[in-house]
Parts: sequence; C-alpha cells; structure tokens
Amino acid sequence: MSEQIPLSFTLNGKPVAAFVEPRKSLADFLREDRALTATRLGCEMGTCGACLVMMDGAPAHACLVLAAQAEGAEITTLEGQSEDALMADLQAAFVDRNAAQCGFCTSGMLTTALAYVRQGGTPDRAAIRDALSGNYCRCTGYEAIVDAIAGVAEAAMHKEAAA
Amino acid sequence: MKAPAFTFERAPTLGDAFDLFEAGGGEAIYLAGGHSVVPSLALRLQAPETLIDIAAIPELSGIREEAGMLRIGAMTRHAEILADPLVATHAPLLAMAAPHVAHPAIRNRGTIGGNLCHADPASEFPAVMLALEAEMEIAAPEGHRRVPARDFFVDLYETACAPGEILVALHVPVAGPATRCAFDEISRRRGDYAMIGCAVQITLEAGRIADPRVAFLSVGATPRRVPGCEAVLHDALLSAATIAKAQDALGADLDPMDDPNVPPAMRLHLARVLLGRLLGQLENDHV
Amino acid sequence: MNAEGLRIGARHVGTPLRRENARRHVAGRSRFTTDLTLPQMLHAAFVRSPLAHGRITELDVSEARAAPGVHAVLTAADLADCCTPWRGTLDHFAGMTSVSQRPLAEEEVLWVGHPVAMILAESRAMAEDASELVLLDIEELPAVTDPHAALHPDSPKAALEAEKGNLCFETVLETGAVDQVFAEAAHVVEEEFTFGRHTAVTLEPRAILADFDPSTRRLTVHQGTQTPYQFQDTFARHLGLEQSNVRVISPDVGGSFGMKLHVYHEEMAVAAASVLHGRPVRYVPDRLETFLSDIHARDHRITARMALDAEGHILAMDVHDIAPIGPFSTYPRTSVAEGNQVIRLMGAPYRMPDYRGRLQVVFQNKVQTSQYRAVGHPIACAVTEALVDKAAVALGLDPFAIRAANVIADDAYPARSATGFEFEALSHEECLGKLRDLMGYDALREQQAALRDRGIYRGIGIAPFVEITNPGATFYGIGGARISAQDGAIVKLTPGGQAQVAISITEQGQGTETIIAQIVADELGLDPSQVRVTTGDTETTPSGGATWACRGAGIGGETALRAARKLAAQIRAISGAVLQKDGDTLILSGGAVVSADNPMVAMDLSEVARIAYYRPDTLPAGIDTSLSVAHHFAPSGYPFDFTNGIQASHVEVDPETGIVRLLRHWVVEDCGTIINPLLVDEQIRGGVVQGLGAALFEECLYDESGQLTNGSMADYLVPMPCEMPDIAIAHVETPTKDTILGAKGVGEAGTAAASAAAMNAVNDALLPLGARITQTPMTPLRILRALKTITD
Repeated sequence: MSEQIPLSFTLNGKPVAAFVEPRKSLADFLREDRALTATRLGCEMGTCGACLVMMDGAPAHACLVLAAQAEGAEITTLEGQSEDALMADLQAAFVDRNAAQCGFCTSGMLTTALAYVRQGGTPDRAAIRDALSGNYCRCTGYEAIVDAIAGVAEAAMHKEAAA
Repeated sequence: MKAPAFTFERAPTLGDAFDLFEAGGGEAIYLAGGHSVVPSLALRLQAPETLIDIAAIPELSGIREEAGMLRIGAMTRHAEILADPLVATHAPLLAMAAPHVAHPAIRNRGTIGGNLCHADPASEFPAVMLALEAEMEIAAPEGHRRVPARDFFVDLYETACAPGEILVALHVPVAGPATRCAFDEISRRRGDYAMIGCAVQITLEAGRIADPRVAFLSVGATPRRVPGCEAVLHDALLSAATIAKAQDALGADLDPMDDPNVPPAMRLHLARVLLGRLLGQLENDHV
Repeated sequence: MNAEGLRIGARHVGTPLRRENARRHVAGRSRFTTDLTLPQMLHAAFVRSPLAHGRITELDVSEARAAPGVHAVLTAADLADCCTPWRGTLDHFAGMTSVSQRPLAEEEVLWVGHPVAMILAESRAMAEDASELVLLDIEELPAVTDPHAALHPDSPKAALEAEKGNLCFETVLETGAVDQVFAEAAHVVEEEFTFGRHTAVTLEPRAILADFDPSTRRLTVHQGTQTPYQFQDTFARHLGLEQSNVRVISPDVGGSFGMKLHVYHEEMAVAAASVLHGRPVRYVPDRLETFLSDIHARDHRITARMALDAEGHILAMDVHDIAPIGPFSTYPRTSVAEGNQVIRLMGAPYRMPDYRGRLQVVFQNKVQTSQYRAVGHPIACAVTEALVDKAAVALGLDPFAIRAANVIADDAYPARSATGFEFEALSHEECLGKLRDLMGYDALREQQAALRDRGIYRGIGIAPFVEITNPGATFYGIGGARISAQDGAIVKLTPGGQAQVAISITEQGQGTETIIAQIVADELGLDPSQVRVTTGDTETTPSGGATWACRGAGIGGETALRAARKLAAQIRAISGAVLQKDGDTLILSGGAVVSADNPMVAMDLSEVARIAYYRPDTLPAGIDTSLSVAHHFAPSGYPFDFTNGIQASHVEVDPETGIVRLLRHWVVEDCGTIINPLLVDEQIRGGVVQGLGAALFEECLYDESGQLTNGSMADYLVPMPCEMPDIAIAHVETPTKDTILGAKGVGEAGTAAASAAAMNAVNDALLPLGARITQTPMTPLRILRALKTITD
C-alpha cells in the first residue's frame, strides 16, 4: 500500500482536510471515508452516470476522478444540494412523475438534470435525452425522467421570462 | 475494479514534471483529466509506480490565436472546445466533432491532450487533427518540438510522444473564408464508439474543391487520411458524380480491421455512406 | 371528527398515489446493501477461471495469503465441510439432469468466471491486490459453445460428470393430428429464429453482507434480493444452521428483474466464509464480474411453422426450441423454466386447435442462465407474431385484420389454449380496437406510404400477448422447490390509531409498499400516509414467496386485503362493544368507525385503540382485544391469472446503415384491477424498454473458445435515453374473480411483447426492400446482411 497523501478541498460547502490513499477514486473516498453514499457506483468506468457529482459546478464522474485530483476543488454531492431551490423542484418533479423506481440511478440523474436546467436547457425532449445520454436507468424506460426534467425546465423558462 | 497502489505527485511546472518522471525511473505516467488513465488503472490494465498530475502546468492551458494558428492547450476540456468562440470561428471542424465525444459529464473533465495521447482509433479528435493538419507541440527536457498530426498517431494507443514527454498544445491552422467542413459518425447509441466516423475539410470556391482533407476514425489502428479519395476531390466540382467517385476510391484507401461485429466489408460500406452524406451536405450548403 | 372524515367510501385503490420511497431516493437517503458497513467487516474478491472448461492442475495461494491486509484465502477444500452442494433440478421437469455445484470450483472449471479461490481482506482493493498473487494453472478441456454441435453424440461434454451428455432436458407437447393439419392446410408459413443471450445489468450489482455471530450461531445476511425467505431457507440448509437463526434482510434493492433470486456461487461462498471466520464478509461484484456471474437469459434457436386455412384462420403451430443454457442448471428454479414457458406460450392469444412444441435444453460452457423478466414470453410472442405477420403478407391481410380473425373472442371465456393453459377471462378484441385508435393506425399507414416514395422506410408492427401472473404451487412447489406459493401479512392498529403492515412481498422500486398501503388504507378507512409498510426482513415479516413472476400485487395485495379485513372485523367488534352496536353495522371510514345507519354514532380509530390498549378493563369481560392480525393467502382456483394486452412499435430503418430508429411505442394492457395507475404505467414503460433493448442492442457475445467478448458496460449495449421512444399506454380492466382485489400482475407485460412488436415493425419497413430479419438483437450488421448489402 502506498503512503497516504494530504488532501484539502471543499465538500458540500465545507472545507475538508484529509489523508487519502492515492489510488482511491473520488467516489470511493466520498462513500467510504465520508459516508456520502448518495454517490453510487454502477460501472466504475464512466459509462453509467450513477456516480455523478458536481465538481467545480459541472457534473463529473466520481469514479473517473482520483480523490487526489480533487485538491482545491469544490465538490457537491446530492447530500449537499438539499438547500438548492432548483434541485428541490427537480426532486419534487421526480417524485410526482415516479421518475425514481429502484433509486440507484437517481443521484446521477438529478445531477445531470440540475446542470441541464441551470444552463438554460429547454423542455425539448430530444435535448433532454441528449443531456441524459450517459445516464443509465434500468427501471423507468427514461420517459418519466424526461417528463420530470421537461416540467422543471418549462417552469424555469417561465420564471426567467417573468423576471 | 480498484486501482493498484501507486504514488501521486503534482507537477506545478513542466520542469517539475520531467524531474518527477526522471525520479520515477520510467515507471511513471502523466495524468491530465484522468478519464482514460483512471479507468485503465481500475481495470488494472497498467500499474505505474507513480502518477504525475500535470493539470496545473500553466503552459498546458488556454486557447488563443497566434500568427494564423489557433493554439489549444492540452489541458483544454472537451466542454471548453465545444463552447469556445475562437474554436468555433477558427477550427469549426473541431467544434463540430466535440458533441460526439462521449457524454456531457465526460466532456466536462476529459482533456483534448489526454484524448490525443490516449490515441484511441475510435476517438473523434485524432481524426479531426489529421483533417486539420494540426501540429502537436511536445515538450521534453531538452526542449519543445512540433510534430505534424500525420506523424503523431503511430499505432494503436501509441503516439510520437515518447515516455517522459508531454503534449503541451496543439496548433491548428485557422480556417479561411472558403473553408468548409463537416463531421459525423455512425454509432449504435449516442456517445458510443463509432462504427465509422469521418471528418471532412475542403476549400470551396465557385463549386470547385481545393485542398481536400478527409480523415476517418474507427478504420484501423490509427485514424486515416484517404489519399486516393482526396485525389478524386482535388480540383473537382463538388457534384453527385464527384461524390460517387470519391466513395469508390475509398476501396483502395481503406483496409479496415477484422471485427466480428463490424466486418471489413461493412466498415468500408459505412465509410462510403458517411462520406457521401457529408459531401452531399457540403454540396447542399453550397447551393 | 370533521365532516370530511365522514365521507364514506373514499378509495385509494385506483388512484395514482406517489411513492414515499421515491422521496428517500431523490433525497439521496436510500440504503442499499452496497451502502452498508459493519465493524470488523472483511471484503471479498474472487479468483476466477480464465478458461471456459478445464481441469485445475495447480492452485497456489500461499503468496496471496501473505499479502498485506489479507485475512484469509479460501479454496474449495476450505469450504467443503461447511457448505453442502446444490443441484438445480426439479421433479416436475421429468428426466432433467444437472451436475451439482459448490461455492468454489473443486477440480473442473465450467465457464470463464467460475470462482476458484476467495480472498478475504481489509479492503476490496487489498483483496484485488492479493488475487493477482494467486497461482492458477488449468489444463484446458474442449469448450462447448454451440448448441447444435453440443447435441451431436460425439460432442465433448460441457460438464464431465453430466449424466446425459449435453442434454439437460427434453419435452414435447403435442395435440392429436399436427402433421395431418399441416399436410392439408391451405397455407403454411415457416421461419428460423435466433434470439440472443442477454443479461439483467441491474444498476446496483448483486450485493451481500453476511454477518455470522459464533457466540449465538446466528447468521444475519444483508442481501440485495427479491426473495429473502428463499435465501433464509437456502443458507440454513446448506450451511447447517437452524432456520430460526438465519435472518435475511433486503434493504433498498437497486433493480432485480428476476436476476437476484438465484443462488450464486459467490453468495454461498461469502455466507460460508462468514460462518467459518466469524466476521462480517461483504461482497459486491464489480461490473466486469456481473457480466461473468449474473445469470444470463433467453438464448434460443427456434424453427417454427404455422398452418392456416384459406381465410387466414390459424390451425396449428409446430415449434422446435433449442435452448442453450450454462454448464449446469441454476438452483433452485432451474434453467429449464424459460424454455418451458416458450413452448407453452406459443400462439396463446389465438384460437389454435392444434400444436406441437418440442424443447431441448442444452448445456454449454457459458455463464448459467435462468429466469429474467418475462421468462419465455418475449420469445413465444416474437415467434408467434412474426409468423402471423408473415401469413398476413402471404394472404394479403392487414395485420389488425388477421389478428381480429384469430384472437379468442372476449365473450368466449373461460377458454383453454392448445398448450393446455386455462384462461379465466381475457380481452384481446377490446385491446385490439383500443390500440388501433390509440396509435392512429390508418394515418400512420398513409404516412408510411407517402414516405416510402421519398426513400424513407418506416414500419409498423403489432404484437398481442398473454402473460402468466399470480402463479400457484404448480409453478415450483410441485417440483420440490422450497419456494413459497403463498404470502403472509401482519396488520396492526397502533395505540395511536394508525396501521402498520409487515408483509412477505418485497420492494425493488416497483411500488410494492405503496400499493399495500393503498389497499390496507381502504380496508381500515385510513389515509395511506397513516399506513406504514415493512418488507424485506425474514425476522420481522411473515414468510412467503415474495416478489417474482408478477405475483406481488395480485397475491401480496390480496394477502394484505384479507389481513386488513380481519383487523377491520376486530376493530368493529371492539368498537361495537363500546358503541353498543352490532359490529356488522359499523363502517371504517375517515379514520373512524361509523354506524352505517346513523353517522352521528361514531368513534375515531385512535379512541378504539386507546381503549383496547390502555383501558381494556372498561370493555366487556372476555372480549378479544387483539389489534394485530396475521393472514396468509395462497392462490386457488386457476393455476395462474393470465393477463393480456397488445403492443405496437413504429420504427424507421436506414437501409444504408442498417440502423433502426424507434419512433414511438404503444401498449394497451389488461392487468385486471389497477391498484395504482401511475405505478402500473411506469412498470409497463420500464418493461417495454427492456424488451426493446433485447430487440436492438443487448447481447452477450462469446467467441468459439467460450470467452465473453463484450463483458463491460462500454461493450454490452444497454438501452440508453437517446435511443428509446416515448411510450403511450391505455388500459382495459378485467379483474380476476379468483380474488376479492381482482388484480393480476403487470411487471413483465412490457417486456413480453416489445421485442416482437419491434421485430414486426422492422420487417414491415424492410418488406418493400425484399428483406426479412428473424434474429435479435437486430444489429446494423444483421440488417445489412438481410438487405444483402453485406454478403460475407
């Protein structure tokens, strides 16, 4: 086992100083060392989207990033999004539309959705499906997820227009 | 799928990176975005003693125009390529290819330098570099050198970047007013490794083609330019007849690899279909 | 009590109640087995056979044992005394054979991925480090990888000890005069089909955390499974523990689809290792391991023909299914049920007097296969419907017309299929009509013709189906399987007047707990938010069959309903004593007990509970104050509650690239009483997409030596968002009279016919090009070959 190295970054809005084994992925660090289990592992090679977290404001695969690479970064997991109004809207829409069945893909789906709507994504279904193209769900068949995001994107557009 | 143990070093400068590599006795690899390296470690396809993080080296970042060339730092993320106005203006082919690279979240972290050095023959940017006749700026302890794209992609996952060397930037000749380009690929699912992909850049004046560059991905161990096809296009009118001849010429240009899922005859067929569609698109845009 | 509460008959069954579990999932507060850790926990990794068939000549684990962080390295010999072998045969599949299995290979390895040694270490990474230090030498034996070759008398055996060569099971179903019917038929259509092998790819892999306490000899297993009771029994019997000392807990489960109810070598090894070492042992296969060890499914080579009279009435089918499986039959449900359902579901929607179905289940050196969502249905449906469409073309009939002429009429029930199934009541005719309107069939046909003139090839395919749901004991129990055909529920009224339910059906995201809350709420006159449902723990819930074969809503729902009625009777009796009313004249509604003849005479449930719990001394002497009741329910009457429906697929085929674009999909479905329309529709959509994945993308590819060549999520193509269509759904409701609730299953309906509809749609698009495809997945290569664009 190689020596642990110091690591400091911002996690869910708070500074974290820790020691980490260099080989540990950000996903394993979050899950094992910080007990933030909403970040889930489905493939460990960047193909399923279950481990997406916000890294410096944009979705990133926590399985493709070493914890050591997070030095100085701002990482936000689903647990750290509970105060975000847009995330709250997405969460409510996912529940209302039954867009989460087993729930294992949900953190990653919500992370992609949040980035999509924040960037001014439209309710266009093809555009939403394109944004979700790296998020795998085995339960829903995707339509409910697309519906939920489209509803929030629509509302966000109206809010934007009214403002 | 957990990576084997290694030590981790951060290199603030190129000099530090070379020193760390030297100290590692050749058993070190460089880490940029990590989106090729990290999964290969998890799969235990490689087991370096040291990983050297080069993300913070200043020379590796930034996009700017310099003397008729667009300089793109190797640490530039795919998402930046996609959104950058300089890229859209001066290297539109690159901007066209960027949305085809994997999925949005991958594009947020993956870097163009890492992508080019990984040299996956199914990857989009290597083929685009060939069509753009870009130059790769490689740094070594003894100094920087520039390697034309056609000499950069040596073999499967192998580039002209020798162990210890670092791809610093790519230099792309800026597009002229008559430059026309097109990119597309045929894949089974969005973001998948393409069954075939093609980058086309031509100069088009009064319907006549000059300086045609056609590069394919997913046709062999490296991306390929197709000289026979380009010879057909050179100085020809962009017409249905020319397109048909260019498609025909691919038979002599390409010798696709054996693959039970996409046998060589199918790959060649798809290459012809895709080329026809891209040239047809340029023809339609022109009319 | 307010006036709102007095409204009698406010029903929750039939409403789109949102799932409370979804609130936990979106908040990131789910608890999956993969999230759990325990003190002193060890992590397991496995050393696997790199060859499909061979004999172990050397296995040296000494270096691995000495590696940092390693607690133990176990081989077959280490587990021989603490885990007895298993054999996946059942008596009702007469004559079936299979070699027995142990957690780790003893001498012979049978597939690429067969576990040979197990590392227990302080972390998964350390266990993987050590696994690289194990020295394993295998003498290669011939691998059996082609089912036709496997049946040749001179073929090498997939498993050396197999009693009947490579034949696992063979059966023929036959009515009287099949050959004569074919000889005399006006029309005969025939076809050969190949259906690919695919796998479940649940997003959460299988996961187990086994925790044995040597001081009490108690084994607690946290496991991502559909069937905790089955595993409680399995672990107890094979590990020699008292059943009452084995507790299996299934917390949130990240998808299952039939894959997580089979016995796997690794899970048995993990449980045995925990017993052996007295430490918690956790194992979560990584994604590469799931492809090498999760059950695979389907895989059929079928020749089939259909005889019709001059008007297009189906007279008979004659089907031969060769179903290659793994090197042994899966335990305890076998690898035979899939093929068995294929041959029994052929032609199920139709009046078809005669039938012959022959099934041969064949061993080969690949991952074991077994039940996965819609067992056998997609195959039977695709074969039947492809032949119906082919006949329609031959006879010049529209696809709707030929089906309308052949489905069993809605007023002709009960009816019996040529394969011996008894149908209580189905609604094919109504579904056909409803689908035609829903999809705007005539307009689509006009659009199709117009686009063809412009070189755009669109196709429309339809596929009626029949689905097996609510199975009774004839499914497994009759064959000797220790799999419960009944379910149990405990319903209690809390001292505060709310309800808690513990039930033996389980939740993997389909909404089990929500529908049980709806059903119980209606029976007790409560709001579903006042009903807490517990599932997935063998210690705190009654034993039962749990969730598989579309039995959760129909059997589990009925169990809950009857248990709640028992409790309601009890509440009426107690409150009747207080109100001095005959209990039979009291109604439970709005959180209260109300007199049917005088709504002013009423008491809140909380008051009933308060008196019964805290002041039973005020009740008449001798009154039964029980406010917890248990009830078990096993289906009786029909052996299965069949459901039916019809699907349609609209596709566009690019004849130059062979790529199929799914434009739209429609489903009309009849699952009887709909408990929650929101959940039913999403079950159907998810199921459809699994069927479309099989139709176009998913296939486990092997080379001739038995190596899986696409065992990762980069190479095995699951259906992703961009390629999947929106899916419109409509319903017909024909409740079963076998139960009070009237609900049948729905979880497999989407998968049952989606690939059949897609295949028919692709062939409809290809028709003017003179091409036809009868293999799934319909890859670009296969379509280009069908078009003869690619000829090698």
